[in-house]
Amino acid sequence: MDPEKLYILLAEDDQDDRLFFKKVFDSLKIKHTLDMCEDGHELMAYLDDSNILPHIIFLDVNMPGKSGMECLKAIRSSTKLRETTVAMYSSLSSRETIEDAFISGANVFIKKPNEFDELRKILKEVMYINWQYVTDGMNRENYMINYYNT
Amino acid sequence: MNLYLKYNFDRTCRVILQEQLDKFDFKYTIAETGTISFEENISMEQYVSLQQRLMHYGIEIVDNQKAILVQKIKAAIMAMLEQDNMPLIKISTYLSEKLDENYRTLSNVFTEVCHISIESFIIIQKIERVKQLLITENLSLTEISFRMNYSSVAHLSNQFKKITGFTPTVFQKVVQNKRTLTININ
Repeated sequence: MDPEKLYILLAEDDQDDRLFFKKVFDSLKIKHTLDMCEDGHELMAYLDDSNILPHIIFLDVNMPGKSGMECLKAIRSSTKLRETTVAMYSSLSSRETIEDAFISGANVFIKKPNEFDELRKILKEVMYINWQYVTDGMNRENYMINYYNT
Repeated sequence: MNLYLKYNFDRTCRVILQEQLDKFDFKYTIAETGTISFEENISMEQYVSLQQRLMHYGIEIVDNQKAILVQKIKAAIMAMLEQDNMPLIKISTYLSEKLDENYRTLSNVFTEVCHISIESFIIIQKIERVKQLLITENLSLTEISFRMNYSSVAHLSNQFKKITGFTPTVFQKVVQNKRTLTININ
């Protein structure tokens, strides 16, 4: 996965879930930096201020205040963030919501599992496939992977 | 009783290097500390084996030979996938002939650098190609499965679903809606 480090940004309002994700990321053998925001407003402010762009943004679909979907739309209409990978996740979403997320520009949709190993397996795959898109210049228009039903 | 030792690290390392290098049959000189020059290029297999031997003594080879090899493997795979009719040859044979290395070495180096196997990489790239044929060239699944050497449309659909989570039809629909949305926004 060398030589550079993967920069991950996560927006999640639930503290337990933030910790859960952090633990899973730490367990993966991927050199990375993980920054976390507590809601959508904080995320967008963070992205506005930051000069370094994340390689991948994980977005909780259901956040109070600015929802994940709203953030996604804001991210995709920003010139500097247009190419950043966005992975959405939720514990419960309808087929329509999921398709909407992809149509609005999400690259990955994950059903948030409660099991450590299950999340680990998904995140690992997401990271490695994302890396292929980053390093091999694959067509980002076609970068859509739906992990919700698998 | 204690013995007190004085080490000459430079000498120690040189001796270890010589001992290890002499196990191969290549001509080399140990230049200034930290550089070995070979008269001829050494194969990736020898490189990997030397690297493992030296690792045992805490000596690491600093360079990106492996990254270079991975790029070559990827390029060979892409070239193969882009042909209009993919060759019906085992991938291991294809790659080892094309790159003149044994497949086990190629496979190990690839997984070490990319964290996925050559086989997974090929499947991901094949599906990428399928997406492209589906979206930009509007080919039917039957045509695509023929072109890309899938044994059947069902096999293609299953693999597509497994990798992307979408059926090819839904995928096509989502991309079309996404395009319409983008056009409306701009």
